Amino acid sequence: MSHYDVVVVGAGHAGTQLVFALTAGGFTGSIALIGDEVATPYERPPLTKGYLADETLSEDLAFRSESWWAGSNVERHLGTRVVAVDAEAHTVTTEDGGAIGYGTLVWSAGGEARRLPVPGADLDGVHVVRKLSDAERVKQRLGTIKNAVVIGGGYIGLETAASLRKLGVNVTVVEALERLLQRVTGEDVAAYIKARHEREGVDILLGTGVSELIGDAGHVTGVRLSSGRELPADLVVVGIGLVPNVSQLADAGAEVGNGVLVDKLCRTSLPDVYAIGDCASFESDWVPGDRLRLESVQNANDQAKTVANAILGDPKPYDALPWFWSHQYDDRLQTAGVLTGYDAPVLRGDPASGKFSVVYLRGNTVAAVDAINNVKDYAQAKALIGRTVLPGDPRLADPSVPLKSFVAEAQPA
Amino acid sequence: MGKVIYVLPDGGERAVEAREGESLMQVAVQAGIDAIEGECGGEMSCATCHVWIGDECATKLKRASQDELDLLEADDLFTDESRLGCQIKYSSELDGIIARIPG
Repeated sequence: MSHYDVVVVGAGHAGTQLVFALTAGGFTGSIALIGDEVATPYERPPLTKGYLADETLSEDLAFRSESWWAGSNVERHLGTRVVAVDAEAHTVTTEDGGAIGYGTLVWSAGGEARRLPVPGADLDGVHVVRKLSDAERVKQRLGTIKNAVVIGGGYIGLETAASLRKLGVNVTVVEALERLLQRVTGEDVAAYIKARHEREGVDILLGTGVSELIGDAGHVTGVRLSSGRELPADLVVVGIGLVPNVSQLADAGAEVGNGVLVDKLCRTSLPDVYAIGDCASFESDWVPGDRLRLESVQNANDQAKTVANAILGDPKPYDALPWFWSHQYDDRLQTAGVLTGYDAPVLRGDPASGKFSVVYLRGNTVAAVDAINNVKDYAQAKALIGRTVLPGDPRLADPSVPLKSFVAEAQPA
Repeated sequence: MGKVIYVLPDGGERAVEAREGESLMQVAVQAGIDAIEGECGGEMSCATCHVWIGDECATKLKRASQDELDLLEADDLFTDESRLGCQIKYSSELDGIIARIPG
């Protein structure tokens, strides 16, 4: 049986950045990076954006050159799925029955795109966009596609819609909730994004469920809505969230909830087992009282650093500020902080101008800032999140007053 | 093909081969220069590809956009030589360009 000092399960952003942080920190032990995808570790965010829209090449997605990997002490086990963990024996079992021993296990297995629970969901032409292979399959069809239906009005669905629209496809977005981006932004931003998509010719149907995907000879031809209406579709992209890959850890006895539960050092309840990235549920200083599970590059990267530091003997709790971005058409959306539980949005600037931001307050504490085509507010907001501002301060709504001026006055909450 | 010379925060130097059209962030990240993270992949959301480009090289570059400056100015190590590596695309006239990594 092979044995490594550190075994990393999941070669997405979190697992790969962990390996980079370990090697950068001078770790000399043996490292195995196990991933179920065949592709060399790559960046996911461009898949729904530049890659789908043919602006980014697949060779530009890889994190590092082959020569870097060859010169490193990291053994990649690609196309390899881990099916079980034995926490006591300190081993993982792969699909082919082989066992790999670990000193420390880092679980960064991310998740699977949630499938649509309706008849016809397995028809040809129904796709998700989570992995490079998913995006490649969509791209292969693009030349022949006329009508696409995107199910889900979150970032993945909307970015996909924008990319397809750029390529001249007729696109309809179907969202079950009453507005777009319900989980991640407020009403002003959602309304702006909706208007932008509609201006580009995308149909947006809110508060609309899907009852069935209709097919002919095994290939999707339409989407039947809960209203009974039928939309023609030769491509359906489903973007309705992520199911964290945690069953192997749960079976091994780890505490799980919405993801694997971890502490401030990203330790699971199993000895010598950490979890990071999209599959980890952690207690965050940024959202009082709630556990968070964030599906973001920032979270993957900073949790990777947290675990690398712990393995390198310099543990520091994970407390990095969450931030996010999206890109649709030429609109840049950037968020600092987490909106959860905010009670007062303060609009800065006129959305009709195409450049504005929204400050979300939780009491008098700045919980988050959304910046639309407004890098300045986004950049300055990073120092303001978690601080308290004067109640009802009218200057906060004045876009000519820079956010950094509030940082000087603000108190740590 | 040509080279970009990165001066690391510890003073060391690395000359890395660059392809036409690659950004100075991509060139560094691909080569495993850890002091350039390129966390957001070039979306102007993180400033972890912050470099200093001296005057002798800066004259060959397109000027920074307002967005780029807005992001850089929020960084403690901002100077008038500051650029985002992700916003500088390599081309043959930049062969030998020196990018110092703050730190």
